[in-house]
Amino acid sequence: MATAPRSFKHQKLTSSVIVNVALILICLIWIIPTIGVLVTSFRNSQEIFTTGWWTIFPHRAYVDSGVIHIDPNVNLDGPISIPGYKGQYTFDQLRAGVKASDGHMLTWYGNKRTRQVDVSTLKWVGFSAQLTIKNYTDVLSSQNVSYQDANGNSIIRQGDNLINAFLNSVAVAVPATIIPILIAAFAAYGFAWLKFPGRKFLFTLVVALLVVPLQIALVPIVQDYTKLDLNGTYLGIWLAHTGFGLPLAIYLLFNYISGLPRDILESAFIDGASNFTIFTQLILPLSVPALASFAIFQFLWVWNDYLVALIFLGSKNLVLTVTLANMVGEKGQDWQLLTSGAFISMLLPLAVFFALQRYFVRGLTAGSVKG
Amino acid sequence: MEINAGKPKPNGGLLGWFATSLGRILVSIFVPVVTFIVLWQGFLFLRNSKAPQLVLVIVAIIWGVGGVALLFTVSNWIIEKLPGEWTRRLQPFVFVGPALAILAWFLVIPTIRTLYLSVMDANSFHFVGIANYIYAFTNRIMLEAFRNNLLWLVFGTSFSVGIGLLIAVLADRSRFENVYKAIIFMPMAISFVGAGVIWKFIYTYKGTGSGIQEIGLLNAIVLALGGTSQPWLQLPPWNNFFLIIIMVWLQTGFAMVILSSAIKGVDAEMLEAARIDGANEIQVFFRITIPTIQGSLITVSTTILIFSLKLFDIVRVMTGGNYGTNVIANEFYLERFTFGNAGRASAIAMVLLVAVIPVMIYNLRQFRESKAF
Repeated sequence: MATAPRSFKHQKLTSSVIVNVALILICLIWIIPTIGVLVTSFRNSQEIFTTGWWTIFPHRAYVDSGVIHIDPNVNLDGPISIPGYKGQYTFDQLRAGVKASDGHMLTWYGNKRTRQVDVSTLKWVGFSAQLTIKNYTDVLSSQNVSYQDANGNSIIRQGDNLINAFLNSVAVAVPATIIPILIAAFAAYGFAWLKFPGRKFLFTLVVALLVVPLQIALVPIVQDYTKLDLNGTYLGIWLAHTGFGLPLAIYLLFNYISGLPRDILESAFIDGASNFTIFTQLILPLSVPALASFAIFQFLWVWNDYLVALIFLGSKNLVLTVTLANMVGEKGQDWQLLTSGAFISMLLPLAVFFALQRYFVRGLTAGSVKG
Repeated sequence: MEINAGKPKPNGGLLGWFATSLGRILVSIFVPVVTFIVLWQGFLFLRNSKAPQLVLVIVAIIWGVGGVALLFTVSNWIIEKLPGEWTRRLQPFVFVGPALAILAWFLVIPTIRTLYLSVMDANSFHFVGIANYIYAFTNRIMLEAFRNNLLWLVFGTSFSVGIGLLIAVLADRSRFENVYKAIIFMPMAISFVGAGVIWKFIYTYKGTGSGIQEIGLLNAIVLALGGTSQPWLQLPPWNNFFLIIIMVWLQTGFAMVILSSAIKGVDAEMLEAARIDGANEIQVFFRITIPTIQGSLITVSTTILIFSLKLFDIVRVMTGGNYGTNVIANEFYLERFTFGNAGRASAIAMVLLVAVIPVMIYNLRQFRESKAF
């Protein structure tokens, strides 16, 4: 009996260790892809093309430690003995690389006529990478940039002008976040506190629209935009994002605003305040938590959106996602540009996300099914 | 000056009379006209100006946000100028009107127009009946897209929700809960295109040859384990799963957050009572926790289901729908914007809409039961 509490405690400790180890493993799997891209974005291009990004961490690798020249008289078609090493190897074995008795790796260099064998030794390699921010300046620039390919040749490419794309993303995302919130807050107040014919039907419509896929709107709206000359304009994409974001915004803000205590409004009414004054002076400040959680949600959605920007902005006013997707298509193997570009596109949403995570989580748990 | 004159001045004599009636009408016309001109000039400036990008961006933000605020203020101002009865009747529409107008323009009317376009030919000139729908359900590429979407729906959703639930349960028992959750949640802030780059780098393949070292993590791991490297994204049907992993990576955090907050709501006394009665952890989990969080499980699953139904970005960026990875939303895009066939694209969009109707009905039923109105 006396040992029972102790073994219970022991059991609890073991289970806590198991839980934490499992979580650490999952978290490693989750974060390694991003770390790989982050590390790669700071390596110089030639290293990116020749070795994996993980080689910047200390690891054991074969390092060249010498060269052996084979005597021209040695017959390469039979077993070959290497001076200084025991044993004999065929040419094909040497070509693929063989482990010699003392741990050295012997590799034939080039074709048979070179008669040269490279010796390499397994050694610990420390932090050896040369880190650089050149990839970032290259990808941001709109000028020609040059970089080294795997063989050290210089390649010249036009920069991707991500500065411009970043500014465009800001110009799209900030108004496309604030405008729907403003319109939805007005509407939520109207639905919650004002009486008008069709109120219930119209709100039911908003709930129904929550899950409507935006693909349903694209074909007709593109027709409209062509007629109105709105394709490629900021106004056009703000309106589109407003339209697609409104159902969720109205729904979330309605839930919050209709839950505010009724007596605050009634006393304000008695004091003679108009609906507009009550809304701007009282309801908006009180709703800041709900507005903030939806704002983060909408900002991330718009900033990260690809489809709407691709269709309504096209090649005019390119935003980050569209530019990055074009880069994947055109320069799929230029990893130094792709990784730094990807990181630039993540900077702002990650900052917003970590700074305002609490509001974001609150917004999600308040119920969110986006169409 | 004129704006001030619009305010009623009860003791103003002749001038006051002008101010309150004629002045009021003039001002009520003048203010909206000025507002309109200012906003229109702003639009033209943004569309045609060659000013430096930074200036344009700042002007755009001020114009866009300020413009909407201005429109609300001015329209409310006009409504409040009307006689009291009319103000009361029309004011609700100042509040809900803009939202309803935009919803009508961008969602309600397009649904009807898309239905109409879906029975017309590629250029929307001639009626073709259900030909586009027959194409949508019989074409080989479409059938492949349906099959792939089914894979996304089944595996994408079940892995996201399953792993999310696992992490939520485990993290609930750890002191470092918030650190773990932040790491799993972080991909939610990354765009699909960005995630595409991240994972394309994992799957990258250099081929075989002497002296070539794989720089993609997956191939490096496979080589280290004694396998041979593969072009993962070009291996149907497995490449679909390599793409689904990306969505799982992005969406698990969402499932985890919602399920985690639901798990925290499970009655601790009930759990304790079950444990005292001799239930083991697995029984407690399946008999008490799962039934309690059922509502959240349904919400999360339907959200991710709808998400995977409309999935576009990942496939577009990673494979462009080639190598047997096409999905419905990508086929929609190709039909409309690559092949210019508005009829077929509309029919595909209608298929997507019909697929979400059960969820819509479920939402409406929940809404009616909640008695929010």
